[in-house]
Amino acid sequence: MEHTKTIDTGHSEPHFDTKPIWRTFWILLGITLFELLLATIHIKTDGRFPPKLALNGMYLILTCAKAFYIIAEFMHLRHEIKNLIMTVAIPATLFIWFIISFLWDGGSYRDLRNRYDRHHFEQQQVKAPPAEGGEGHEPAAKKPGTPE
Amino acid sequence: MAQMAPAGTKWWSGGKSPFNVEYGKLMMWYFLMSDAFTFGAFLISYGSIRFATNGWPDPNEVFRAFPLLEGMNLPLVFVSLMTFILIASSVTMVLAVAAGHNNDQKSVTKYMILTIIGGLMFLGCQAWEWTHLHGEHAWWGRNPFPNADGSVATTNFTNFFFTITGFHGFHVFSGVIINIIMLIKNLRGDFAKRGHYLMIEKAGLYWHFVDLVWVFVFTCFYLL
Repeated sequence: MEHTKTIDTGHSEPHFDTKPIWRTFWILLGITLFELLLATIHIKTDGRFPPKLALNGMYLILTCAKAFYIIAEFMHLRHEIKNLIMTVAIPATLFIWFIISFLWDGGSYRDLRNRYDRHHFEQQQVKAPPAEGGEGHEPAAKKPGTPE
Repeated sequence: MAQMAPAGTKWWSGGKSPFNVEYGKLMMWYFLMSDAFTFGAFLISYGSIRFATNGWPDPNEVFRAFPLLEGMNLPLVFVSLMTFILIASSVTMVLAVAAGHNNDQKSVTKYMILTIIGGLMFLGCQAWEWTHLHGEHAWWGRNPFPNADGSVATTNFTNFFFTITGFHGFHVFSGVIINIIMLIKNLRGDFAKRGHYLMIEKAGLYWHFVDLVWVFVFTCFYLL
């Protein structure tokens, strides 16, 4: 970043070789395949391994890793100057509050409603009628109380 | 603020962009920030509703079809293919940007065409998936899928699914249109005359953002 001119047309930047691009591609593909593998193991073990909560945690971490590689390498943000990185990164931290508070609020609403609106809670326990058509080939009926 | 920039560079003293990027590219970043918050609001409202609901359909039961392989139980396979297509088209887009840096008009044309093909393939996949789900009587306001515990599900599942994947699909569609315009401008030699390919970079930023959003849509709807 030794330029002093206003518009950086990039002719003198040697960092745009294609090697990191392909490396990023393989990382993204690998992470996606790993997520698929986790999901397959989870289905094959009838949801016992990995436990759903741990599985979701891993999905979220892997998703953030993919997002990082796309933004940093494909969108090239990692190679911009700090001013630009911060002007994007600092507002994005609002998402931390945004996610925690809204999910918490949703969970709290569910708990309060289940406690004080018994009718709603009982309605939610009613089983759906068996689905028509292609849904009839289930190997076994789902056990009640299977984690969501 | 103390700067990481090379010694002696006074970014804020005027006369140059303190961000060391062209104005249009900076504005593209800010547009993408605002778009990220739009998608964030959609996905977080989905999460909030899902947390507020007692049961939810199991995505592995809902998304398990593959074209021409009817009746087979293939959870996540088709959507993984869609993810792969979008990541691959993101790669060809970066390669087009890299070719632009080298002022290689022919390579830019080649990679832009590949990127457009990738985008169209993704849209085709999404069209198939929507048609398939509609054939299973899923649509806005209609949800044929029971919750994972067998109880009756609300229509929020399908409402959010079609709204958010539809909004994302519309972004892919507009990205393909932008890429086609960039391809035409490149074929006309507009960028070669201008001496730089910054427009390709800006279109590229948008295209990668679409890929980025898909990563989150993929996790929120198909994995969690």
